[in-house]
Amino acid sequence: MEQIKILVGLASCGIAAGANKIYEKISAIKEQEKLNFELTKTGCVGMCYREPLVEVIDDTGSYLYGEIDDVRITEIIEKHIKTGEPVKEYIVKTDLFENEDDSYCKNQVKIALRNCGVINPEVIEEYENAGGYLAVKKILNNNISQETVIQTIIDSGLRGRGGGGFPTGLKWKFAFNSKSDEKYIICNADEGDPGAFMDRSVLEGDPHSVLEGMTIAAYAIGATQGVIYCRAEYPLAIKRLNIAIDQSRAKGYLGKDIYGKKGWNFDIYVKEGAGAFVCGEETALMASVEGRRGMPRKRPPFPAVSGLWKKPTNINNVETFANVPYIVLNGAQSFNKYGTEKSKGTKVFALTGKIKRGGLVEVPMGISIKDIIFKHGGGIQGDKKFKAVQLGGPSGGCIPDYLAETPVDYDSILATGAIMGSGGMVVMDETTCMVDMARFFLDFTQKESCGKCTFCRIGTKRMLEILTRICEGEGKEGDIELLEELAYQIKDSSLCGLGQTAPNPVLTTIKYFRNEYEAHIRDKKCPAKSCKKLITYTVNPEKCTGCTVCAKNCPVNAISGERKQVHFIDQEVCIKCGVCFSKCKFEAINLS
Amino acid sequence: MRIQRIAIENREDNLEEVDLSQLDSVIEKFKNKKGITIPVLQAVQQIYGYLPAKAFDLLSEKTGIKKSELYGVATFYAQFRLKPVGKHIVKVCHGTACHVQGANIISESILEALKIADGETTTDGFYTVESVACLGCCSLAPVIMIDDEVFGKLSGKTAVNVIKEYQLKHNN
Repeated sequence: MEQIKILVGLASCGIAAGANKIYEKISAIKEQEKLNFELTKTGCVGMCYREPLVEVIDDTGSYLYGEIDDVRITEIIEKHIKTGEPVKEYIVKTDLFENEDDSYCKNQVKIALRNCGVINPEVIEEYENAGGYLAVKKILNNNISQETVIQTIIDSGLRGRGGGGFPTGLKWKFAFNSKSDEKYIICNADEGDPGAFMDRSVLEGDPHSVLEGMTIAAYAIGATQGVIYCRAEYPLAIKRLNIAIDQSRAKGYLGKDIYGKKGWNFDIYVKEGAGAFVCGEETALMASVEGRRGMPRKRPPFPAVSGLWKKPTNINNVETFANVPYIVLNGAQSFNKYGTEKSKGTKVFALTGKIKRGGLVEVPMGISIKDIIFKHGGGIQGDKKFKAVQLGGPSGGCIPDYLAETPVDYDSILATGAIMGSGGMVVMDETTCMVDMARFFLDFTQKESCGKCTFCRIGTKRMLEILTRICEGEGKEGDIELLEELAYQIKDSSLCGLGQTAPNPVLTTIKYFRNEYEAHIRDKKCPAKSCKKLITYTVNPEKCTGCTVCAKNCPVNAISGERKQVHFIDQEVCIKCGVCFSKCKFEAINLS
Repeated sequence: MRIQRIAIENREDNLEEVDLSQLDSVIEKFKNKKGITIPVLQAVQQIYGYLPAKAFDLLSEKTGIKKSELYGVATFYAQFRLKPVGKHIVKVCHGTACHVQGANIISESILEALKIADGETTTDGFYTVESVACLGCCSLAPVIMIDDEVFGKLSGKTAVNVIKEYQLKHNN
């Protein structure tokens, strides 16, 4: 019998769910009982809603166990490892028989995520065994020219996965055409969109694919230095990147005369961001790498002509780079056979919010939003009504339920008023207030505006004030029109993408949910019953049995009352979280 | 807007005594390199937990970077702090997914329990609580992070319990 292998998903979300403790526990049992199996770490499997995840591979196949705790792991070791009998009730995925979670994985095509959750990201040999670094070697062994590599990327139809959607191959061509003794490759890993985490998962789960993608880009445009600009909020990603860089240097894949090719020098270092959303914009990012405030500048000149330290620079996003080795190794066709006419390949989405199965899904472009939410995501939590989905974060917009058939490709999504963005997909149900959502994003962009352009700096602040007063029941007639006017002015007079797209969440919610704005302004009501100033929770004395459940669960102790007596909510203290409402078994809490 | 303005009357109040000799190694490490402003400030904050006012004077003198530039960068990025912080930092995630799942309630419950406002430090100096944009653990929303440890799928009540238990565990 082949040796049994146990993989533990140790990306940030797995660790947050307690996977480290599970790993230690397995390791301790292995040591104590001198068991014969291989224990290894891996990245994000993508089924975040089942974390912590443990995969057992034996000679019959692979078994993925979910929601592992101390009890479950002990049982799995006792039964599966020692007697070879899988513990069926904890299995979330296996090829051997059907599971309820199969629809989550079915129809996913993993290209960018091909190694995530499969290999140990801290061991370069595992990446190589999975076909890693073969793409660079293919280029060198066959003397493929720079132009041919660029043409392959153009033919593949790969477009920037960071949000802009600019054709990657063309970008490389511009940088290739710029003559200079020094050129730079930058990987944009400043994943600032709140609600997106696919780049983090790739960096934590498969850092070498990004390094290889950057190396290929460096070869194509003739760059000698690479920089990965990574958010400081991703300590694990930074750690694994640095491990991967050290291993690559030791193998001669980074540094001087790399891959044994005389005169080919290319090295990469990681540059930690310091917390500024605007640094996702390429000119701001370069200013930040140079050690200055991350403020965007006018283009042209474009980075391909004058970028970092005024040298030609090519900037791509993490997911874009992760796709590159696959395309070069397997040919443009292996990628462009997926997708629609103008949006080729696959896209990773981070599915979150009021969804049953949240996590990372990689699907071919062109499938509908509805399929992602209901087939992969399993529908809405608590089977509530699906209301809208937010795409593209603070730069994007809300797509309402009746447009859920919209296919995910750059152009179809743009037509709704949202943008593809980096792939954050936040699902909302009937209890989410759309005016509050718009206010939330404006609050974010207002804080993150660098302050350079007047309309972005002051306009977003004025818009936020108007939205705040609408949410508080102080809205006035004409506020909606005022918001729209400001929105268009900000879009027209801002220098960078942040300002140009900041009003999108407001414009799309006005477009699709104007009635909610009107209800707030005219009737002083929040239809979703979410805006705090417009709702109150009270106890219905006729129904209250004095069971004390509400008082016990109130996080701020706003509820008082003796056992078996009618309880009372102190409105001064109440933070309107709604816990009492959802916990009461007797429907004795009124929401008005 | 990103840039914080420091009121004149507050400028002097963090001139407390700090051991500046620890800065020598930082200055040595980054000497004569380009684009070092952010990494230098990050290294300084790593030592003290914040950026002491006196460190700016010394850094400017030794590295030749203008004080205005150092302050400009320090007040631009969310990561940098100009005031001392508590022993442990609680970051309450206010990303989109956490917002939809009730991040405001988490913040309010924690702040109410600790009797402080957002961004403040508890009187015993144990916790500083701050709201952050996104910790990237959206599938576990709502989440908080205490130092480097993430806690997910919280409610107001369980968040307060986590805070209390963490303090009991780490108080000795």
